[in-house]
Amino acid sequence: MAHINLPEGIPGILGPMAFSPETAVPLNALAEVLLRAPNSLSQGDREMIAAYVSSQNDCFFCQSVHGAAAAHYWGDKEDLVRDLKRDFESGPVSPKLKALLAIAGKVQKGGKNVTAADVERARKEGATDKEIHDTVLIAAAFCMFNRYVDGLATFAPTDPERYRESGKRIAAEGYIHSTDHLPKLAHG
Amino acid sequence: MAHIKLEEGVPGIRGPMVFSPETTKPMREFVDVLLRGPHSTLTAAEREMIATYVSSENDCYYCQHSHGAAAAEHLNGNYELIDQIKRDYATAPVSEKLKALFAVAKKVQTGGKNVTTADVEAARAKGATDRDIHDTVLIAAAFCMFNRYVDGLATWQPEDPEMYKTMGKRLATTGYLTTGWERPVAKAEAK
Repeated sequence: MAHINLPEGIPGILGPMAFSPETAVPLNALAEVLLRAPNSLSQGDREMIAAYVSSQNDCFFCQSVHGAAAAHYWGDKEDLVRDLKRDFESGPVSPKLKALLAIAGKVQKGGKNVTAADVERARKEGATDKEIHDTVLIAAAFCMFNRYVDGLATFAPTDPERYRESGKRIAAEGYIHSTDHLPKLAHG
Repeated sequence: MAHIKLEEGVPGIRGPMVFSPETTKPMREFVDVLLRGPHSTLTAAEREMIATYVSSENDCYYCQHSHGAAAAEHLNGNYELIDQIKRDYATAPVSEKLKALFAVAKKVQTGGKNVTTADVEAARAKGATDRDIHDTVLIAAAFCMFNRYVDGLATWQPEDPEMYKTMGKRLATTGYLTTGWERPVAKAEAK
């Protein structure tokens, strides 16, 4: 059961977002620009960074949703997402994405863990300042989203099919209207 | 030196915020509603204190000093209280409810799953509402983001108390939405 009174059956972050629409609006706007707006990093790569950080934070809901989104963008490659979460260094992805995932892993542990060498490695593999910036901010943002979801002990479905649907919906509709269909809560 | 090329003389989070206006817009709107919005049952001072405490636990110099100054300026310049909270909130002269919320914030800082039913019950026993608990968890989580953004890019974080004081005054009175505050910060605010 969640730590506060949330509407039943609403999965993950959507519960607290329905509870607090005031904060949900800018949070969804941030997710949209970080993960979905035009960017030199593909939507799949950005969702993968989000899924990887969420898996390092052991947040089942976030890693499942954003992992499903990454898999969908990449052409239903669920196995690849699963393998990268376990060990991205030996996965079949670009050296640039590996270097960015390494930076994301450092941010997850704490901002000060990112070294000049981590950044140099990413730059050497072709990452721009903007891509390094976006990687750090995506990783930092998921250290927030994961804590929001787990810190309130929200409900997370276990059926993978529900996450596949979420992944497709994110790709098709994005984040801005993610809570539009939820019941409105009456509270102070 | 910062990990990416940021404008010189722009301290802390303001450097990456100038660098990336697209992400700055929702972040500013978020932090303003989170720390100053009228929906909350926590005072702006209490919310800034939670932000400061989490930033101090994350060892983020810029965030703990800018939000510490904002909290102090909400409290008629009581900087001593902010120092006490960072050292040991349990012995600081704040309400029992706020102490219980600091305990929840600390758990969130170490990882969301660390928040227990007992932590939440303890806060409720001291009068915390669902809204208070929600806002505490989200503020603590948000500063786990802001702190990582500031330190993960190795931003410039000056150690000039006067700069933070000026910043705190402005945050406590005009908030986070006003545009054009990013620069030239160091010169304008150090005076």
